Amino acid sequence: MELLRGALAIAWKDVRLELRSRDVITSALVFGLIVVVVFNFGLNRAPGSLAPVAPGLLWVAYAFIGVLAMNRAFTRELEQGGLDGLLLAPVSRDAVFLGKMLGSLIFMLVIEAILLPVFAVMLDLPTLSPTLGLVILLATVGFATVGTFFAAIAVQTRSREILLPVLFFPVIVPVIIAAVEASALVLQGGPMTGVWTRWLPLLVVFDALFLVICPWIFGFIFEG
Amino acid sequence: MAAIAGQPTRKTPWRAAIRDARLWLLLLAAVLTLVDGYLIFVVAPTDAVLGHIQRIFYIHVPISILSFLGFLLCAIAGIGYLIRRGESWDRLAHASAEVGVVFVTLALITGVIWARPVWGVWWTWEPRLTTTLILWFIYVAYLMIRQYAPTPQQGRVWSAVVGIIGFVDVPIVYYSVQWWRSIHPVQVIGPEAADDALEPIMARILIFSLVATLALFGYLLLERMALRKTEDTLAQLRRDANSD
Amino acid sequence: MSITADNPDGGSVAIAAAGIRKEYGDRAVLRGVDLTVGWGEVAVLFGANGAGKTTLLRILAGLTRADDGAVRLAGRPMHRRGNRARRLVGFAGHQTMLYNDLTCRENLAFYARLYGIRDAGQRIDDALAQLNLSDRANRRVRTLSHGMQKRLAMARAILHEPAVLLLDEPESGLDAASVATLGELLREWAASGRAALLTTHSVEVGLAWAHRALTLDGGRLTGDVPGYPSTGSG
Repeated sequence: MELLRGALAIAWKDVRLELRSRDVITSALVFGLIVVVVFNFGLNRAPGSLAPVAPGLLWVAYAFIGVLAMNRAFTRELEQGGLDGLLLAPVSRDAVFLGKMLGSLIFMLVIEAILLPVFAVMLDLPTLSPTLGLVILLATVGFATVGTFFAAIAVQTRSREILLPVLFFPVIVPVIIAAVEASALVLQGGPMTGVWTRWLPLLVVFDALFLVICPWIFGFIFEG
Repeated sequence: MAAIAGQPTRKTPWRAAIRDARLWLLLLAAVLTLVDGYLIFVVAPTDAVLGHIQRIFYIHVPISILSFLGFLLCAIAGIGYLIRRGESWDRLAHASAEVGVVFVTLALITGVIWARPVWGVWWTWEPRLTTTLILWFIYVAYLMIRQYAPTPQQGRVWSAVVGIIGFVDVPIVYYSVQWWRSIHPVQVIGPEAADDALEPIMARILIFSLVATLALFGYLLLERMALRKTEDTLAQLRRDANSD
Repeated sequence: MSITADNPDGGSVAIAAAGIRKEYGDRAVLRGVDLTVGWGEVAVLFGANGAGKTTLLRILAGLTRADDGAVRLAGRPMHRRGNRARRLVGFAGHQTMLYNDLTCRENLAFYARLYGIRDAGQRIDDALAQLNLSDRANRRVRTLSHGMQKRLAMARAILHEPAVLLLDEPESGLDAASVATLGELLREWAASGRAALLTTHSVEVGLAWAHRALTLDGGRLTGDVPGYPSTGSG
């Protein structure tokens, strides 16, 4: 109850701040578009033939956006020492973690939802389906859980911009693999047994594992 | 000093024993490694298919196994540190990570040297090789975070946390890469793995190599921990000097 | 005040710290600090820059972990899971802990939710009124002057009606009128039987507000002048 109260208060505060300033969503959207454009030239494909690599591009873009968004979401807590305010409050550290994670999850899902149709046009993705939505949701939960955890460490160091990606990317390799493979299968429109027997269970296991571990050890990283 | 006062200390013989253990281990590792070199390059038969390059296998496999052992030690010591807060837990975790990163680097280098003639490519996204690479990244992040933390205390806690997360992550990485590879088979010209075609003499030399490398690993670990202890003592002396 | 109802066992001592040690790398900042502050007492902590005043306050507030030693607030241990002790503390430090893009009221409403305050609207109005900020309630923090932000940070610290107030240089950057407001607040604070510990560089302000003066030097408490009557002027 107290866990939920704290987490929802923090997530709601982050959403409200974002509605005011829009700085995370705007910058992440622009950044996402730039990534796709740069990839397009980097891969030097004929028009319309990006489809085979599209799932990979999609998830590399989403992962980069995730790093950007989560770094920003935590930097905000440092501007006026808001992080101290959260730690002073009589809510457990798990609640602080879940609140920040929930806020980042909402931002990223919104950004991903806006970018998906744009990607669909630019990368010539054939179909959009509910299964793809489920893949995006589960993978983003994994991103937000691991990313929020490492962002909380990275923002406290003197090299926050580099440290978050260095910590984040190796750990989320399984999520990237599962998300890319599942998206490819969904977008090809063929048999989807691999999605249900392998990749979605893998994402669920990853999410569940880190949703248990991260809140559990989150309290240690604010000992100063 | 306490001994002069007629009170035998408990700590001093213990430390001496550790120092002795370090020396004996160094001697043991040196002898074993020399014998191991002889076994690998003179005694071991030349592989019928792969030729001399196969000999790197006796070095690569033990190093890879021990780099994972270092990671296991690092995670366990990290948990120990978070619960008990003893400096010796952190020394063990730190030393395992540093020795581990050396071993992972060597495992990657020997793996690449092996892959080129045997598989026809410098690098292949084989599950074990890929997991080793991810392990390397996590070790590097572990050491970076100790470097970048504002205070040593934060560095200890944060790196322990990274060690634990990384340890949980590595098996998932392994399985995801294995599944991924079953869909995207990598072109190889040689045999996939030589493990199944191991002659008894080869297997015995491999086990000997493992023991020799374990002795080396153990020695490096103890030596690094002793060095860390000296560093800590130095920091304590500085602290005392600064505050008076 | 609900202190006694809330807290039947900790009646005699508000803040109790024993053997607090803290090291930062090569430097020992605190080298064994023992400190008690009683109910109805306002204590001021003097010390040179870098003497460890801020570190001590942050340890008492549960924001920094001491290497050694124990803190109890109203008899309750302050540690990582010390939610009950944290509820008793109001803390205002160098940073305001406010969000620039939220209004004064929204900032306080957020903290009211975090602290689970019932009747939050009324409490927020009261806290804003106490710090003379009622007319700015719906202004964004970004548009406020430094002094006003600092007063809002004070309002944030007392919002949940804590029993113990920890203030790190509360008067710095405030104009004379605000300093007077703060002095008034602290006098009422002590009169209602609650406790406060503050640090300051201004001997004048410190002696005017406090009943007791402590000095921190070389990582230890070196002076403790209790029981002089506070003039409480402002």
